[in-house]
Amino acid sequence: MSDLMLEVRNLQASYGQVDVIRGLDLEVKKGEVCVILGANGAGKTTTLRSISNMPVVNSSGTVIVDGVDISKTDPGEIVNKGVAHVPQGRGTFPELSVLDNLHLGGYIRKDRKGIEDDVQRWFDYFPVLGERREQAAGSLSGGEQQMLAVSRALMSRPKLLLLDEPSLGLAPIIIENLFKTFAEINQENGTTMLVVEQNANLALNIAESAYVLETGAITMSGPAADLKDNPAIQEAYLGA
Amino acid sequence: MDLLLQRIIDGLSNGAIYAVVAIALVLIFKATTLVNFAQGELAMFGGFLFYVFAVQAYELPLLVAAFIAMVLSALLGVTVERVLVRPFDPQDHLPVVLITLGIFYIVNAVAGDIWNYEPRAVPSLFPNNFDDFISIGGARLFYDSLGILVSLGLMYLVVYLILNKTKMGLAFRAVSSNTESSRLVGIRVGRILSFGWAAACAFGTLGAVLVAPRLLLSPNMMAPVLVYALAGAAFGGLDSIGGAAIGGLVVGLLNSLVLGYLTDIDAFSSFRATPLLPPMLLLLTVLWFKPSGMFGTKQIERV
Repeated sequence: MSDLMLEVRNLQASYGQVDVIRGLDLEVKKGEVCVILGANGAGKTTTLRSISNMPVVNSSGTVIVDGVDISKTDPGEIVNKGVAHVPQGRGTFPELSVLDNLHLGGYIRKDRKGIEDDVQRWFDYFPVLGERREQAAGSLSGGEQQMLAVSRALMSRPKLLLLDEPSLGLAPIIIENLFKTFAEINQENGTTMLVVEQNANLALNIAESAYVLETGAITMSGPAADLKDNPAIQEAYLGA
Repeated sequence: MDLLLQRIIDGLSNGAIYAVVAIALVLIFKATTLVNFAQGELAMFGGFLFYVFAVQAYELPLLVAAFIAMVLSALLGVTVERVLVRPFDPQDHLPVVLITLGIFYIVNAVAGDIWNYEPRAVPSLFPNNFDDFISIGGARLFYDSLGILVSLGLMYLVVYLILNKTKMGLAFRAVSSNTESSRLVGIRVGRILSFGWAAACAFGTLGAVLVAPRLLLSPNMMAPVLVYALAGAAFGGLDSIGGAAIGGLVVGLLNSLVLGYLTDIDAFSSFRATPLLPPMLLLLTVLWFKPSGMFGTKQIERV
């Protein structure tokens, strides 16, 4: 058994004539937080969507999760392979209640008792969600929706959590708390996380390894601490 | 006074039929954000299936025949969705709407070919002789009307319980809210679409079975009913089951009262010849002033 949770080999993706991802390789070790940094349009979201086989026009390459090839797996089956994906814009069910959203997160599970325990666990973790359990998800604030999106994803007890720009549209203080939470969840549950971010500073703080994506290809990779000290990264992504 | 009461009773019982068909429309709209213009014709076909099992070929007990017709219609609906609707991109509404219009004409022609266009008498599920009524303040509440109202109530209850108390219902509401995220949590979206069409066609058939004794069964029977149901569904909000039920009743009442009283005035007497005018005006008014309907959800999303 390898110690890799996610292995991506030679990933290619294009929308029509436009190549978005051109031969991308990626490795995420079990239990670590890995971050992909990149500017707008670098192909971050497309990379995540290709991994979980969501509608991306023409993607090819190999995606292996915990030793299982999921390159050809239907997006509806991805969660059964242990992958939970929090898409950009949170991907909650806005008309449904907070509670319904969480139950949907556990849709593939059969253990009723365990599901209710987990719901309670996330309500304890994010008390504001518990207070608003009957409220429509769409009426929550951006930060609360992101909490809900993450809790919902974790309800399936995934091995690998894909987070697509969780900081998008949130206030700095909320982003900071959110990233602290990611680190906590990672340490408590050992959930492997692949986070795609523009907000390099916070992401590099909680990550063990990092990749830099520029116009569809990896241009730099290594331990997060190294990248943080790299002058080129500091200039491009940390605003130093 | 008894005339007013009578018109209210008649309006509500007709309205209950529109409500049943309106709920069928809403079920498909919620699953696919698509107005299924073939809904009425598929229901009409179901009405003929009922006729086959109840009268033409088998003379089964009426409730059994209605049940068989509903099950067969559900299967027909699943097939139509799978073969004619699903292959097309659901985000692109125009082609799919045109396809449902195509299904409208195909089903109508096929029914006309099999059963011809001659209107036929069909037995009612409920006693409907001239003396099967209860007197209320001088007005007559026929058992038939009462049965139709009770059917609507039961159907609403069944749909409500399925949608709110079952895992299938939760998945249905999820797909209706966010299809992409539904896939990500592991819902088989295709199965949910099948379920939506099956339920809609079964309930549409129930509507046809209820209305057939009043209108006489013919391939063109459901076209006006569809207009009433559409007006009702739009009034209540195309994504609200309860709204559709109320909308259908409102359309029935409106029709009965407007046609009953307004046509007594000379200037409006021509309304008698155009009974579809009131629901059409209602439809336009609602779309103009409150496009999401009285009970529909407005887009609630905060970024």
